This record gives sequence, C-alpha cells and structure tokens, in this order.
Amino acid sequence: MKKKMISTFLAFSMVTALLAGCGSSGSATTATTAANGASTTAAQADTTAAGAESTKADSDSGKTLTIGFSQVGAESDWRTANTESMKSTFSAENGYNLIFDDAQQKQENQITAIRNFIQQEVDYIVLAPVTETGWDTVLQEAKDAGIPVIIVDRMVNVSDDSLYTAWVGSDFELEGQKAAEWLNSFATAKGIDPSSLNIVDIQGTIGASAQIGRTKGLQDAVDKYGWNLLEATTGEFTQAKGQEVMESMLKSYDNINVVYCENDNEAFGAIDALEAAGKTVGSDIANGQVMVMSFDSTKAGLTDVLSQKITLNTECNPLHGPRVEDIIKALEAGQTVDKKKYVDESIFAVDDTVKSVTVDGNSYDVTVVTQDVIDQRAY
Amino acid sequence: MKQKSFSWQRLVHARLFMPLVCLAVVLLANVIRTPDFFKISINNGVLYGYLIDIINRSSELVILAVGMTLATAASGGQDISVGAVMAVSAAICCQLLSGGEVSVTSLAAPIVLAALAGVLAAGLCGAFNGFLVAKLHIQPMVATLILYTAGRGIAQLVTRGQITYVRVDAYKVLGGYIGSCPIPTPVFVALIVVIIMAVILKKTALGLYLESVGNNGKASRLVGLNSALICFMAYVICSILAGIAGLVASSRIYSADANNIGLNLEMDAILAVALGGNNLGGGSFNLTGSIIGAYTIQALTTTLYAMKVSADQLPVYKAIVIVIIVILQSPVFRSLIAGMKRKRAVTVDEK
Repeated sequence: MKKKMISTFLAFSMVTALLAGCGSSGSATTATTAANGASTTAAQADTTAAGAESTKADSDSGKTLTIGFSQVGAESDWRTANTESMKSTFSAENGYNLIFDDAQQKQENQITAIRNFIQQEVDYIVLAPVTETGWDTVLQEAKDAGIPVIIVDRMVNVSDDSLYTAWVGSDFELEGQKAAEWLNSFATAKGIDPSSLNIVDIQGTIGASAQIGRTKGLQDAVDKYGWNLLEATTGEFTQAKGQEVMESMLKSYDNINVVYCENDNEAFGAIDALEAAGKTVGSDIANGQVMVMSFDSTKAGLTDVLSQKITLNTECNPLHGPRVEDIIKALEAGQTVDKKKYVDESIFAVDDTVKSVTVDGNSYDVTVVTQDVIDQRAY
Repeated sequence: MKQKSFSWQRLVHARLFMPLVCLAVVLLANVIRTPDFFKISINNGVLYGYLIDIINRSSELVILAVGMTLATAASGGQDISVGAVMAVSAAICCQLLSGGEVSVTSLAAPIVLAALAGVLAAGLCGAFNGFLVAKLHIQPMVATLILYTAGRGIAQLVTRGQITYVRVDAYKVLGGYIGSCPIPTPVFVALIVVIIMAVILKKTALGLYLESVGNNGKASRLVGLNSALICFMAYVICSILAGIAGLVASSRIYSADANNIGLNLEMDAILAVALGGNNLGGGSFNLTGSIIGAYTIQALTTTLYAMKVSADQLPVYKAIVIVIIVILQSPVFRSLIAGMKRKRAVTVDEK
C-alpha cells in the first residue's frame, strides 16, 4: 500500500517537473506576452492570438500574408527586442497575420511549430533556430509544401542550401573587425605605439558564433598590427564571470590598458573589478586609464559609454523585422533575393577621435553617444 | 620513535587529513607557476591577492555546502535545487527593491525587508522540498528536481524575463565592502553562517538528531525522534542558506540575473560535501570537511585562471584534478594504501 502511494507520488512529481520544465508552453503567445511584460501592446497580442483568419484592415496590396515565426525563447533583452521587432513589423496594421511561437529553447518545439505552420498553410515561415543542426527533414517538408523559409539570427547547417530561401543576421566577425580597426585608428590618432597596447580579451561562451567571430576579429588585428594580446579567457557572457575573470587577470598582469569584452554584461563586471582594484576606466590610455571595449550596445551599455566607462560599443542589431519584410516584399514581387543578408550595425564611441572605420574597403561611420541616442534605444 | 610514528598514523587517519592535503596541494601547485600567489597586499584600501579572491569568491559555495551537508546527512540524498533557489531569492529581493522597474537608482523598499522576503521565499522552496522528501518519502534528487527545473522559471516570471538592476551603493555592500573595511563582506557572511550553524549543531541536539535520522530513520522514530520533522528542517535550512547565498551573488552584480545566478553551483556544493570526506549516503557528517571542500573547489578555479589555462581547456583540467582528488579519497584507494603499508611493514620485519 505504502509502496504504491510512493510510486503514485513519484509519477505525480515527475509530471509536475515536466510541466514546470516546459514553463507555460501551453499557449506560446501567453508565454511571451508575460515575458515581455507591459511592452507588448494589446494590438500585437490580438494579432498573434487571433489564429489563422482574423484580419482587420487589408493593406494596399489587398492580400493578407500569413507568416509563421518560430522564436528561440525570451532569454535576454536582445531576444526580447528581436521578438518585438518581428511583431511590430508584421502587425495587422501593416497587412500581415503573424503566428508567433515561443520554443522555450527547445528544437523539438520549433520542429513541431514548423509542421503546424505547414498545416495551417502559412505564406512564409520565419525561423530563429536554437541550434545549427538537425533541420534537414522539417525544412524539406516546408519546401515540399512550397513555403519559403527565412532564417534569422543563427545559421542552419543543412546539406542542401535550397532548403531555405534567405538568412538575415549579424556578421559577428565584421563586428570584431570594426572594433579592432577603430582601436587601431584611435591609437594612431593619439600617437600610441602599437606594441604598448596590452590587451586582454574576455571572451563569450566558447563556441557561440558571437564569440568565434568577435575573437577572430581581434586576433587577426593583433597579428596585423603587432599589439600585445596578454590573455584571452571566457567570461561566459555574464557579468559575474566577467568580474571574476577580470579580478584574476589584474593580479597576473599590471600593465593591462585595453579590455576587450565580447558583450555588455561582461563589460559591466570588468568595470566593477577594475574600479575595485583602484584603476580608472576611460579612453586616456597614455595617462594610465584602462580602456574598456564592448559589444551589443544595449541601453545600459550605451549609458556606460555616455559616462565614459566604456570607450567603444559595437552594435549587435536585433531589429531583423524590417529586413525580413524587405525579403518577403521582394519575393512577392517575383524578384530573387540574396541568400545572406546582414543587418546594418552601428559603432558607438565616447568621442569623435575616429569618425569612421574601413573594413574590406567599406566605410562605417562612428556614432558619438549622446542622451538622445540612448533615449531612442528600444532595448 | 615509535611514539612519533604512532601519532603520524593517527594524523593520516584523521577525517580531515585528506581534504586538507588536497587543498594544500592545489594551493602549493601555484607556487611553481606563480611565485607571488600567496602575496597579499593592500590596494585601493582593500586586501588584494589571489588568496583573498579564493576566500571571497568561495563564500557562496561555503554557505551552500553547509546546507547541503545537513540535507545530505538527514536524508541520504542531495538537494539539487539550491542553484535555482538562489535565483528565486535574488529575483524577489531585486524586484522588491526596484519596485518592478528594470533598472533603478533609488530603492523602492528597505533593503532589510526585501532581503528578508528573498530569504523567506527560499525558505518556502525549502518547505516544499522538505515536504516531498520527509512526508512523501520521494527520493531527494527527484523531489528537488522539480524546483531545479521550475525555480529559474519562477525567477524569470518574477523579473519578467529581464535582468533587474538595483544600482544603489547600499545594495552593493553585501557583495562588496562595508565602508572602509578592507575585507570583502561575503567573507563575513560565510563566517557568520558557519558560526551560527556550528553553534546550533554543538549547543543543541540537532546535529545528533540529523545523524541519527540519516543513519536509520525508522530506529530514530522508534526511540522517539520525529524523523520527518528533522528531515524537513534540514531541507528548510538548506534552502534558507541557498537564499542567503543568492543575495550575496546578486549583490556582487547588483542585479538579479535569473538565468545565471547560482548556475551549476548545486553540483559544486555536492562536490564540496564529497571532497570533505562526507558520506553522500547520509548519517554522520563533518561540517568542517565540507567547508574545506568548498574552498578547494574555488582554489582550483582561481588556480586555473592564475595558470592562464585557455578557456576552452578549462573544464578538462578541472575534471582531471577533481577525478584525482576523488580517487585519493575513495575508501578503496585508502585501504589499498593501508594494505601496501602493511605489506612493507611485513617485509621490513622479515629482513
């Protein structure tokens, strides 16, 4: 009797754990609405919840496009902004019917979502994949159903390129190159000898595409310009690790003058560690300040640029919506589209010492951070 | 002569001998690569050095290890939800302090009140775990698996999926420094927790009860102990301590990062208990051993940083060292060593 009870409770608890693990995946829309909190407007919620048919005002084209979007989850501000960009671009007012699915970081959920989209006969599928591999079968199903698939953010690794129509995302290596070129121009402008630049690289989570690209951008420049890269170690994209790693590196080297952080959270941690050790952060390397460089350009990150704690912040743009819309419009008009489409990304600096940087022959303007720039920031 | 070798033997067989040797070896290994590893100086008005980093950074783990030791002793199982409970406590505290905003520079509630609320929430998590384990007799690892998975979800719900920042100097004290005191506050927090728990265990019969319940719950009940209540209490204490650790971790980064606070720390806490020479099957326990274990783990992490091991190889080195330490402490290995010694003694005698 007692044993039976135990096993019943065991089963019960496992089911509870399972449910808990899935979070509120019962209704994907509610999950994100909750995650985005007040920022999700009622109008957007309507659009996404309304299912297949409901549309109000038709756009000028006269046809309402139904778009299925499978998002990774809501793990960061960046992701939330990415979701928001899609929702505001493909709104009912703009003549779209967006079916949004939050995959809660699970590929199985994304595969199920895509199959649902195919059954609902959507016009386009937009996929922000959680992993790179394992998409061949389900994308083949979409192709067989004649539905174009647009990949955003991370790439998919499939045997046949024709399984997806286009990809929209960030060029992480270019981000790294831009930051490195800026550092070179800045050092030249200030008359700093390249060999006296002692850099430490606080890397992102090892193996993440953002880490690989940004690290490579720096490494190549170190080889090219003869900088002194003291150490590269991971801060796992978190503030706590960034702080711990910086603390440790300050004890190993007393000549660090540039800290290259691969996202804003790491930069916050590194700044705290530097200040606790009595260093001053800022761009004036010649006078003993330690320069902090960062990526992502979140609102909090740019606020630190304004207060001169972060010298350079290279953007990682989550606003993919408009780019995806361009592709869909081009496809509707019967045009062919580029297989890869990078989003535009800005460079935010503390001052205008360097006005623009050139990478592979392309020139990129540097924006000086002001309160206005921060106020316009959505995330 | 005989007297001396006798005491040496006793020292080797003392329970804390191996944990202490392991800690010492990890620390001394640094001297080869980093000669000034043990150097402590005053920098910017505070103590500065690798040793300080180790003691400071291991505070959360020490607090968790104390709780984990009690839960292990009483139930013969581990509480794997402590990392998630840390996140819950931090999330509730920060959310109260920020009054629902994502980033604030002034407090919406008194810090003491918010901290208490955070710890209370952690206590509730502990009560839930304790109920499942003590009353329903669910395997501890399965019972705490519920909060292990759901805890971070709860924390995310509380913070609405954002990282809540409390940019107020008063909130940074717990993870930073009190005024001009040169010693980091987390060290004091860990010390206070250890002292309070040691006093409770020494001055009351709780320690004895925990061991008794862990060794044989049925027999304890028959001699008049309320086994279920004692086991329940162990889980509540474990979670409350996790809540305190969560507050320290959150104060370090003056924010509630529901995804990352205490991530994978439950495994380190269990490892600390094991490294301390404790039996993970419950029963008699040694608090000091677990604390030494916790410092060993952080010493290892800091050592690998100091040795400039590249980031992608870090887990491999950590795993190798831990495997060696665990093998050194395993009963089979110990009896093997003892057997070898006996053999050598015999051959010497034969000569």
